[in-house]
Amino acid sequence: MSNNPQLNRNGQLQHLLTTEGLPAPILLNILDTAESFVGVTERDVKKVPLLRGKSIFNLFFEPSTRTRTTFEIAAKRLSADVVNLNIAASSQSKGETLLDTVNNLSAMHADMFVVRHAQSGAAHLIARHVRPEIHVINAGDGRHAHPTQGLLDVFTIRRYKPDFRSLRVAIVGDILHSRVARSQIHALTTLGVPEVRVIAPKTLLPTKVERLGVHVYHDMTKGLKDVDVLMMLRLQNERMFSARLPSTEEYFKYYGLTQEKLSLARQDAIVLHPGPMNRGVEIDSAVADGGQSVILPQVTFGIAVRMAVMSILAGN
Amino acid sequence: MKLVIRNGRIVDPKNGVDAVTDVSIDAGKVIAVGPIPAGFHADREVEASGLVVSPGLVDLSARLREPGFEYKATLESEMAAGVAGGITSLVCLPDTDPVLDEPGLVEMLKHRARNLHQARVYPLGALTRGLKGEWLTEMAELRDAGCIAFGQSDMPLPNTRVLMQAMQYASTFGFSVWLRPQDVHLADGGVAHDGEVATRLGLPPISVCAETVALSNIILMARATGARVHLCRVSSAEGTAMIRAARREGLPITCDVAVNHIHLSEMDIGYFDSNCHLVPPLRALSDREALRAGLRDGTIDAICSDHAPVDEDAKLLPFAEAEAGAVGLELLLPLTLKWATEMKIPLAAALAKITVEPARILGLDAGHLSAGALADLCIFDPDQYWTVEASELKSQGKNTPFLGMELKGRVKYTVVDGNIVHEG
Repeated sequence: MSNNPQLNRNGQLQHLLTTEGLPAPILLNILDTAESFVGVTERDVKKVPLLRGKSIFNLFFEPSTRTRTTFEIAAKRLSADVVNLNIAASSQSKGETLLDTVNNLSAMHADMFVVRHAQSGAAHLIARHVRPEIHVINAGDGRHAHPTQGLLDVFTIRRYKPDFRSLRVAIVGDILHSRVARSQIHALTTLGVPEVRVIAPKTLLPTKVERLGVHVYHDMTKGLKDVDVLMMLRLQNERMFSARLPSTEEYFKYYGLTQEKLSLARQDAIVLHPGPMNRGVEIDSAVADGGQSVILPQVTFGIAVRMAVMSILAGN
Repeated sequence: MKLVIRNGRIVDPKNGVDAVTDVSIDAGKVIAVGPIPAGFHADREVEASGLVVSPGLVDLSARLREPGFEYKATLESEMAAGVAGGITSLVCLPDTDPVLDEPGLVEMLKHRARNLHQARVYPLGALTRGLKGEWLTEMAELRDAGCIAFGQSDMPLPNTRVLMQAMQYASTFGFSVWLRPQDVHLADGGVAHDGEVATRLGLPPISVCAETVALSNIILMARATGARVHLCRVSSAEGTAMIRAARREGLPITCDVAVNHIHLSEMDIGYFDSNCHLVPPLRALSDREALRAGLRDGTIDAICSDHAPVDEDAKLLPFAEAEAGAVGLELLLPLTLKWATEMKIPLAAALAKITVEPARILGLDAGHLSAGALADLCIFDPDQYWTVEASELKSQGKNTPFLGMELKGRVKYTVVDGNIVHEG
């Protein structure tokens, strides 16, 4: 295996491709930097000049509104110039390869690429082939990683539960197809969370998932016992048609988060969801909108975390 | 042409020869292994002291990409790669465009290959028309045109009735059926072994069950039909164990493994190295160990190159989208030697896996150096190190997980039909 493709020669962050394999000080530096940007996003004038004159290209090979928008807002609040490219609908359909597209945009003097792609490893591929002064941020590649989501989740957790070393966290739902779950798991275990659980039916768990350092549960009533943090995952509709689950109703009954199931967790437990939510499928509205939900703060913090990642990369 | 190879270490697994001596060749045949016959005047002498003189290598799985895929490789480039790797006989697969399912195509390919005067080419005919898994090909006519056996390459044959009937029909004529065991549904969409690495990297998995379920079907049908079956490129420990049991029972089953799979595992994918996107997938370390052991105990008869040249653009894609395969013609010998060294296997036993054993599977009188045998030889320096670099490879494809690695064992001369066709 070659050296960590995310770090430069000085061990600093060159690209953000995955939360796996990043040293804890780098993760903590992102979280601390994000903390300082939360203030900016709450100000009247929501702009700092850190990335003035820099060009950031949002390369979305897979449709996304929410993630693309938060990256766009984050870049603009850092005073960068932002170009949004919805490539699913343009050059790829004309036969241009992924690297052709990237090379063309590099020639337009991009400083940073924010990449989303349906295939695992796409961001790694781009990072390996761009000029050394360009930084790549993975905004989601296949089932592999969505590191800024994982980071904003641990940022949110830290806001409510500052001591990672005393936490019990449960991730519930479609772990198999989830890049969010993978990024959450690596971030949580690196930051010293002693117990990370995954809860799902066997058809939604990848092989040897325990090797990622998690405890596996198939039963919500056991898995939620005494947890401090519940991280719910979105159940994509297409999973219904792949013989992995019989129905959304049965899924909701056994794996959907209701107030009743939530009461099995610690009294002060918080509930996260990366959005967009399927109310009545993986989460009941009463929980999503209830007092233990931190789902909306997640969205707010997401901008600060993305500002932090961009400013750190630009400074390295 | 009369040729003498002097002072080489002759290693002939079939005849149990391992000695430093001379080989005399005339009119395409081995005349003598040992003292040069009195009155034999060679047109050319090759000094082989310090070199190993082996029967020419026999490779069971090479994609030459012609007809149809000349942008990946041509007959010229791949035949040159073959002899550069010491290969004197090779089986080419039917997954060309058009598919090798008509006698005329097979005759043309054989004719073109013959005119290049390099390795002997034995086409594997398509088992079903267009490799679509629906209708049988005209196997007897294809055999007359030069096909050595019949298979599906990597294309699925999901219909078990068609598979059973193909085996029955082939066995009517005594043809062997070559199958790579993989259940089409269980493997659907997968690109990597269903294990820790695929889980970490989020790559769609292919479970071991995809191999064992298909193997189970094939073994049951081989028992029922009596067909001779050759299993191509087994990949798992469980699969190897099933084959061991089937052979112990006396079923007419043979088996090969791809040379990459006895050295690499899922771990080598690293950060999405598309050169490790192979078919079947690289599996766990425990599977690799079982393949290496199965090869040693004879469960697996032969090592093949599984040669698959891919153009650079088709590999510069995200792992799952990148085309599968690796080149292997020029790596078959050094990687076989590496396995032998690591497993402390005698040189003759290792060479058997790429000479006389694959020849036996093919029913060819090749892969040995008996007096009167075809003068197909591979003469190599067992101690020479070389680095696998794109510029070093004759194949048009440069795709191999071993790029940049140093390997030991370099072919110096390849002799086909008594003629030196490669000098390294």
